[in-house]
Amino acid sequence: MKIPSSIWTLLIGIVLTLASLWYGQNHGLLPAAATDEAVLVDGLFNAMMIVSTGIFLLVEGILIYSAFRYRRRAGDNEDGPPVEGNIPLEILWTAIPAIIVIGISVYSFDVYNEIGGFDPHSIHEAPMSQESMAMPGTAIAATLSDTPPDTEPNLNQEKSDEAMQDPATAEVRNADQIPQLRNAPGVGSVAPTIGGTPEKAGKPAELQVNVTGLQYAWIFTYPETGITTGEMHVPIGREVQISMTANDVIHAFWVPEFRLKQDAIPGRQSEIRFTPQKVGDYVLICAELCGPYHGAMRAPVVVEPQEAFDKWVQEQLVASKETLNQAIAVNPADLSPHEFLAPYTKDMGIKPEILHQVHH
Amino acid sequence: MTQAQLQEAANIPALLEEPGVRKWQDFFGFQTDHKVIGIQYLVTSFIFYCIGGVMADLVRTELRTPEVDFVTPEVYNSLFTLHATIMIFLWIVPAGAGFANYLIPLMIGAKDMAFPRLNAVAFWMIPPAGVLLIASLVVGDAPDAGWTSYPPLSLVTGQVGEGIWIMSVLLLGTSSILGSINFLVTLIKMRIPSMDIHKMPLFCWAMFATSCLVLVSTPVLAAGLILLAFDLIAGTTFFNPTGGGDPVVYQHMFWFYSHPAVYIMILPFFGAISEIIPIHSRKPIFGYKAIAYSSLAISFLGLIVWAHHMFTSGIPGWLRMFFMITTMIIAVPTGIKIFSWLATMWGGKIQLNSAMLFAIGFVGTFVIGGISGVMLAAVPFDIHVHDTYFVVAHLHYVLFGGSVLGIFAAIYHWFPKMTGRMVNEFWGKVHFALTIVGLNMTFLPMHKLGLMGMNRRIAQYDPKFTTLNEICTYGSYILAISTFPFIINAIWSWLYGEKAGNNPWRALTLEWMTTSPPAIENFDQTPVLATGPYDYGLEHANEGVPLYDPNPILSGGPNSVLRAEPDPAVAANPEDRK
Repeated sequence: MKIPSSIWTLLIGIVLTLASLWYGQNHGLLPAAATDEAVLVDGLFNAMMIVSTGIFLLVEGILIYSAFRYRRRAGDNEDGPPVEGNIPLEILWTAIPAIIVIGISVYSFDVYNEIGGFDPHSIHEAPMSQESMAMPGTAIAATLSDTPPDTEPNLNQEKSDEAMQDPATAEVRNADQIPQLRNAPGVGSVAPTIGGTPEKAGKPAELQVNVTGLQYAWIFTYPETGITTGEMHVPIGREVQISMTANDVIHAFWVPEFRLKQDAIPGRQSEIRFTPQKVGDYVLICAELCGPYHGAMRAPVVVEPQEAFDKWVQEQLVASKETLNQAIAVNPADLSPHEFLAPYTKDMGIKPEILHQVHH
Repeated sequence: MTQAQLQEAANIPALLEEPGVRKWQDFFGFQTDHKVIGIQYLVTSFIFYCIGGVMADLVRTELRTPEVDFVTPEVYNSLFTLHATIMIFLWIVPAGAGFANYLIPLMIGAKDMAFPRLNAVAFWMIPPAGVLLIASLVVGDAPDAGWTSYPPLSLVTGQVGEGIWIMSVLLLGTSSILGSINFLVTLIKMRIPSMDIHKMPLFCWAMFATSCLVLVSTPVLAAGLILLAFDLIAGTTFFNPTGGGDPVVYQHMFWFYSHPAVYIMILPFFGAISEIIPIHSRKPIFGYKAIAYSSLAISFLGLIVWAHHMFTSGIPGWLRMFFMITTMIIAVPTGIKIFSWLATMWGGKIQLNSAMLFAIGFVGTFVIGGISGVMLAAVPFDIHVHDTYFVVAHLHYVLFGGSVLGIFAAIYHWFPKMTGRMVNEFWGKVHFALTIVGLNMTFLPMHKLGLMGMNRRIAQYDPKFTTLNEICTYGSYILAISTFPFIINAIWSWLYGEKAGNNPWRALTLEWMTTSPPAIENFDQTPVLATGPYDYGLEHANEGVPLYDPNPILSGGPNSVLRAEPDPAVAANPEDRK
């Protein structure tokens, strides 16, 4: 019995759709999702995988089918049928991709909004402070003296000043400390924000962590407790806000399991927010090329229950008092890059004591 | 002359003393013939492809193991920086210009380019720029800030190497601008009178769109690089944050050129594929106008998508949405082209020779790169995979699976015209098989690597990624090996290959209506069009191009060595000759 081609088309369409639906949800290509935001991003990725699988199978199928089915037989010098176009068909295959990309755009827009891409939060809530501040042992720190004073508070500068009050970050900063852009638009505008969900918009995050990137280490400071460390600990289920900048070149904050990435740019302040939802040990990776040892610039990130986090905070408070009293024994300027980085390249972890050897 | 007369005239020994004859020395000198310049471009860029390929294999060899054990991290960074710079600026872009040089005047019936000397100047900027770039390896201070050369990193790494990189790219950009001016003027002013723009071959349309893009975007890159050079050498702080500069401004200027650059690299080969598929499927191109105008649409949209490279850097939220939508929309004209090629093949009489195989490979792999490109446009997902191996996989599917396969398809297709001889099909097919296997083996696993958390531009990585990286590395060795059959085949066929005849593919575009290789100044008289460029299967088209050489005796004239006459005993179709 000869099956009509319309039936064949229908059957192939059904198989194609089922295969795409199945693969889009069982591709196993992503690591575990450890934040609320990651779950949303994964949903978007799975939807795109379904559409992509369908298009991939369709195009490759037609391509391979045509190549075999319509091969020229030896000695056949005739031309094929002179079909020059088909307007309805062309409109169809212009319209369908257009609808698909608009659909994906809308979905992406929604996810982006959900993870707080549009949240202009806390701009008006940021505390006022002086334009510049004196650092112990230094002159006036880090303002752009050549830009005119502005009547509005400069949020970027405030963030920078806050970070400067931390003794440990003061240690890694140095004479050519990079000043922040005096007239840059406020937080959440130039410095993009991924974070506060619409319900949480306008409210400060429950935990604030300042992150400084420098060749080739990450430094975390907790402004509420004054802790400075080389590994990040965050409690589960509480919204965390990361404020980051860089001391030398551009770095990028990326924890694959969190699905979030943000460049830490010298002279600017950028932020992301997220809510961890899965206990575990993760790795913070620098994603922006920052020099030869870029691959070694990693730091542990621990998501833990509240009690464990509180315990860790207590330990750090004790430890930081001790380290502050230590003198720096090694002059890092005398070390070659290889010696200097041996601890990183060896186990690719960064320990707090190493940070005290780090000099720009 | 009508096309039919042209075709006959092409079979008669030309009136010129020695049509198309050139001494080998001519290819090493300052020549103004567009065909010599075209071949100079192609051969030079291919040499750089081999150099860039060796660098790629060194990079992959380092990545075979998680540790840094093959080269030092500094050398590693220089290798991938030079690999990218060479492949983009010294291989794909000049190769496109090479085909355009060779083909545009032939396709539109002109004697040469509009500005032949400018053309030669544009070419002769490339070898010094390339030598300069590679010399930076020898002076021991090669650029190592990535091909993007983002400040402040590019300002704190080796100053000499970075300076050389800037000078070299500026030279190459200038060459590209000069070439584009020439293509545009030639296309607009020098078409034969009977060829209105809707009778222009699609390759010409593609080069028109490409040249417009080059003219608008390249000066912005040049401006960015000059400012960067000031920061580097003169101590200004345009981009240097220590003096209040803003590194993000450089990113805007850089990507304003460098995203359009991917269309500069792919559009010429969209054009070439639009020539190859109808000829070898023996069908008219499906939707000529849709393909022609989609090139212009890509060219325009290509200018307003650059900030999707900066979704994770420093742009406002709403701006990310704008660039997400423009980036997604560009998939539509690209999709039109792909569906039109498929429809062209559908129901045709497809000759699976090397040119067509590479064209099919082009469509098949480019689709994968295009799909991952739409994914990357989605901001929340891009934030996860930006600067990871997912992006590396995407760009190699587009630029290797697209542009490079397109270059090879075009070389196999126009080789008979350029040399008067056929390539060896067997070794062409071996080349194709090795390339497809190597390409997918190298770049397919990278999608997974990136999604799982491997960032790019690193010499050392998490040991859990070892297996996939080993597969990629061995794939890259297969790609390296795949080049050898091609090189040997091309050289051998050029010297001793089977004579091609003037129009072995029985094509209808004008470049096939003259001798192979074409004489200096291309045509004896101004041609007159009798058919459209893709009228296969139409009555009048077959009248224009005889299936069999009507007068084979004439073809054994005094210049037979160069004339590439068809053998009277053989079939019309080169595929059937053995």
